[in-house]
Amino acid sequence: MKRTLAVWFQNRFSAIPRITGLFSGRGFVLESICIGSETEDGLTRLTLTTRGDDSLIERIVKQLHRLIDVIQVVDLTGAPSVERELALIKVQSPNRTQREIVQLAEVFRGRIVDMGARSVTVEVTGRSDKIDAAIDRFKPFGVIEVSRTGTAALKRDEACEKAGRAVVVGMV
Amino acid sequence: MNVKATPKAAAVSAAAAKSGAEILIQSLIDEGTDTIFGYPGGVLLGIYDVLYRTPELKHILVRHEQGAAHAADGYARVTGKPGVVLVTSGPGATNTVTGIATAYMDSVPLVVLTGQVSSTAIGQDAFQEADIVGITRPITKHSYLIRDVEKIQETIAEAFHIAATGRPGPVLIDLPVDVMRATGSYKPESCVSLPGYQPRDTGNPPQIEKAARLLSTAERPVIYAGGGVITAEASTELTLLARTLNAPVATTLLGLGAFPETDPLSLGMLGMHGQWTANTAVAECDVLLAVGARFDDRVTGRLDRFATKARVIHIDMDPASISKVITAHVPIVGHARPILSALLETVTPLNTSAWLSQIAAWKKEHPAITQPTDKRLSAPDVLRQVADIMGHDTIVATDVGQNQMFAAQYWGFTRPRTLLSSGGLGTMGYGLPAAIGAAIGRPDCPVVCITGDGGFQMNIQELATAVHYGLPVLIVLLNNGYLGMVRQWQDLFFDKRYAHTDLDPGNPDFIRLAESFGAWAKRVTMADQVRPVIEAALEVVDCPRVIEFVVSREENVMPMVPAGAATTDMLESELIKGVRS
Ligand SMILES: Cc1ncc(C[n+]2csc(CCOP(=O)(O)OP(=O)(O)O)c2C)c(N)n1
Repeated sequence: MKRTLAVWFQNRFSAIPRITGLFSGRGFVLESICIGSETEDGLTRLTLTTRGDDSLIERIVKQLHRLIDVIQVVDLTGAPSVERELALIKVQSPNRTQREIVQLAEVFRGRIVDMGARSVTVEVTGRSDKIDAAIDRFKPFGVIEVSRTGTAALKRDEACEKAGRAVVVGMV
Repeated sequence: MNVKATPKAAAVSAAAAKSGAEILIQSLIDEGTDTIFGYPGGVLLGIYDVLYRTPELKHILVRHEQGAAHAADGYARVTGKPGVVLVTSGPGATNTVTGIATAYMDSVPLVVLTGQVSSTAIGQDAFQEADIVGITRPITKHSYLIRDVEKIQETIAEAFHIAATGRPGPVLIDLPVDVMRATGSYKPESCVSLPGYQPRDTGNPPQIEKAARLLSTAERPVIYAGGGVITAEASTELTLLARTLNAPVATTLLGLGAFPETDPLSLGMLGMHGQWTANTAVAECDVLLAVGARFDDRVTGRLDRFATKARVIHIDMDPASISKVITAHVPIVGHARPILSALLETVTPLNTSAWLSQIAAWKKEHPAITQPTDKRLSAPDVLRQVADIMGHDTIVATDVGQNQMFAAQYWGFTRPRTLLSSGGLGTMGYGLPAAIGAAIGRPDCPVVCITGDGGFQMNIQELATAVHYGLPVLIVLLNNGYLGMVRQWQDLFFDKRYAHTDLDPGNPDFIRLAESFGAWAKRVTMADQVRPVIEAALEVVDCPRVIEFVVSREENVMPMVPAGAATTDMLESELIKGVRS
């Protein structure tokens, strides 16, 4: 099952490779990772998606907590949350297909951010499955290149304490 | 926030200007460092120059950086204080990797200081540059690269704090040479502020009550104690709790000494080469109290057959160790000592006499016995005699293999911090340097190194260190001419196809070799010589002593749980039939 974790950490020396190294070193899946820049309170937020059942996710969360620079880990899976990913999709576009591509972009509420002689670049945001679908639909035109950010996620308001699986280890 | 002001530091006037190297050494002293295990090199010359002027800080010059890491590890295991290692950049740093991994696996506090090329040259493949932080990232609890001379003091304070608290472990600090040369200010006090690192000490009271209630229902309790009990200095509490509950105690390899093996409640070690009774008692128990142990695969064997009848209480400092392998019915995160104390206040004595007499019967029927395959000495016999002569305050450092398992089975440990062994990583070559570290950390205790002819050769250069500092370590070399433990597996599981495990053709004359280092050395081949030679060795007090016991070539360590088998499916010596009939 796909899981989304939010990790707050102090972005000190070597903190990011320590987090990602934990996934490769312990055989956990790291599907996507999205790291912001440091905020005023000195913390950096990282959102990652992985796969696993409850017990595996518990292990991942506990291992993340062992890292000295990690302050908090929250499992957003199942909690009412907003998840977004941004993708830039460069599609082959001779003149005759341009209109169709623009229309298709509209279906996905995408924006045209670049238009050249041979290609059009579309910006799409949404949940990962929507992005997957968009890329699929552009494929027949010829997708030249895709750049995806990975998932960024936030809990919805008022859901915070109640429904969220805020896993704060050390409380057992 | 944890503000520490040491008397020494306070004496220095506020913010004195010093070089980075001076601040480093002063900060180490402030943290209570009395000994550094090190080896110099180009980028360390400035630091060594400060050491030259700081005779109160002892420096042990090892002969290989792996030796420095293991010696610091041995020092840490016997004293409970972090061991400090100082090595040069590049090859000096990479030579410590096995030692760091060994300490990491066994939760031993180390502070490893590695020299580094100038911060301006990092990343340019400079001479003797290695990304040691990257190389050791998965085997350190934390690591630092100091780029600012003003950060040295707080980094050292943090490193010691992280290494020694919570679940201890190695912390590495990379020290670029230009930062050591730079001038900075030394402040009379330093503080540690780590919002992401708040190890929990006392356990959660409702969980402790739950554990006490579960224990009160037990008819067949077993306590399974690991190295965490020793780290937490909780042996006394463990012993009292076991006696109150009338619960037998099995320990892991690293837990040996946490509970006196002379106590009738002791089951000895459990696991792959554990006692038959210890493994069987765990399989049959109804409540298993695991303390400071992590259900290692060498302990559990086949998981779906491990302690299947038991409700499990698991006390551990590291939340990540709980329910990692075996689901705990009652998890308790925290230090073993306050938790065991709290349990002691809550539990009521149990009547387990039926259980204990069952255990006594098993012990009688299933002792650990072995079978020499020739007329040479039997390693267990030798070790029993050494243990008998040396006494209970002796510190034993083992190597890895048969010698290690024989030591675990036959020594009879009664006190915490008296066994040093590489349990998690299983590092051959650990024994001798660890014994050196122990002899330096506890000069008041006799120190024995139990080793094999393979492992001894892996760090034999450290004999020079022991000679250099006049350390009277007693080295018990059990020479079977084989990589014994590997040969045992080939014997049992590969039809005696001894592929590349015979060392005999190339083995040196260990006596002449040891003597050439300046050690005292004797070979023993006859049973009646064992005791007199050990006694003669003990007369020598100012240098290492090597006794080579020429032991049976193919004596196997028994009992044994084959890899992947259930712990109740143990192989035992053929001779066991004689015991039972
Ligand atoms: C550094 C290292 N290399 C290889 C091994 C694998 N290994 C485990 S036990 C063993 C044999 C040890 O032989 P020896 O030191 O003679 O001790 P014995 O088993 O004969 O007592 C080997 C090779 C290891 N544990 N460590």
